[in-house]
Amino acid sequence: MRGIEVFQEIIPLLKDEPVVHANGFICRESFALQDREENFYMIGSMGLASSIGLGVAICKPDRKVIVLDGDGNVLMAMGTLAMIGAEAPNNLVHVVIDNEVYESTGKQRSISNAVALEQVAKSSGYREALRVDKKEEIKPAFERLMNSEGPGFLLIKVEACFDPKTGRVTHTPEEIKERFMNTLLPH
Amino acid sequence: MSSFTSQIFIERLIQKNFNFFTGVPCSLLSGLISCLEEVEDAHYIPSVREDAAVGLCAGAYLSGSQPVLLMQNSGLGYCLNAFTSLNLIYRIPVLVIMSWRGQGGKDAPEHLIMGDISQKLLETAGMNYSVLKPENCDQVVEIALRKINEEKLPYTLLVEKGLFDERY
Repeated sequence: MRGIEVFQEIIPLLKDEPVVHANGFICRESFALQDREENFYMIGSMGLASSIGLGVAICKPDRKVIVLDGDGNVLMAMGTLAMIGAEAPNNLVHVVIDNEVYESTGKQRSISNAVALEQVAKSSGYREALRVDKKEEIKPAFERLMNSEGPGFLLIKVEACFDPKTGRVTHTPEEIKERFMNTLLPH
Repeated sequence: MSSFTSQIFIERLIQKNFNFFTGVPCSLLSGLISCLEEVEDAHYIPSVREDAAVGLCAGAYLSGSQPVLLMQNSGLGYCLNAFTSLNLIYRIPVLVIMSWRGQGGKDAPEHLIMGDISQKLLETAGMNYSVLKPENCDQVVEIALRKINEEKLPYTLLVEKGLFDERY
């Protein structure tokens, strides 16, 4: 499965949920496929998508909050999995697209081939942690987590085949922030 | 003995609408954190690392909360990338209450270098700060609020040893 197929499966399932994107190809592919005002594109601060998402989930308990993360980001901030498990926001769904490399920087190996991140999440206290390897498994697994009590964790194993010609996010960081915040204002 | 207590300072922050507290402990901040755990209007979330606390505070701010991050200056190194590639470029403010270990070269060896360079690091990174004193509390909190509310930038209050009641 290619990483882009994960976005093709998940984006049509989204309504107005805030989605915090990890830096690198996750921001770029999602943005290229379908930009959303509810998307927070974290272009720097590697490792922090999960803690940003946790902060949103705690402060917006009535909104389902999604983090689209990568294996490199999760490995860098594995302690944040413990914080999510301990705080246990029932409205957080943490999706990790795992290509086992740092793809945006030239496919250097990460170590997620040797570390079962879904088991780390489960041990950290996520209510449910699933792993899928096939494209057709994504939709049912994602919908299951979206419709059940969280925090939920979904590890999606993909090949490393990011197209480096994919553009970068063209909004300025301040624009990304302003419109994301507007979508979180009380209605 | 100063009448400037942890409780007075926390109450001041709550009165100024700060409503989201997280951090990584320091003995110099132990009274503040105990106080946050006791005060009904406050909720303190333990973070495992200072940069994770920066991310948590950013998420809280994006959701309309007013976050405060408590940490020792030893965590500043972990946070510099988060401050420079998240807070400063997106203009995501946070009030940082940072204990100043190693100030004046009198502390355990592990604190001496960071104690010497904390202010320089903050200045180099473009992170404004004040040293919090009992007599300047109202004034520096107002400066911090202006930075946070008008410029949407982080502001740090440095806490020297002995400023607050230390419980350990």
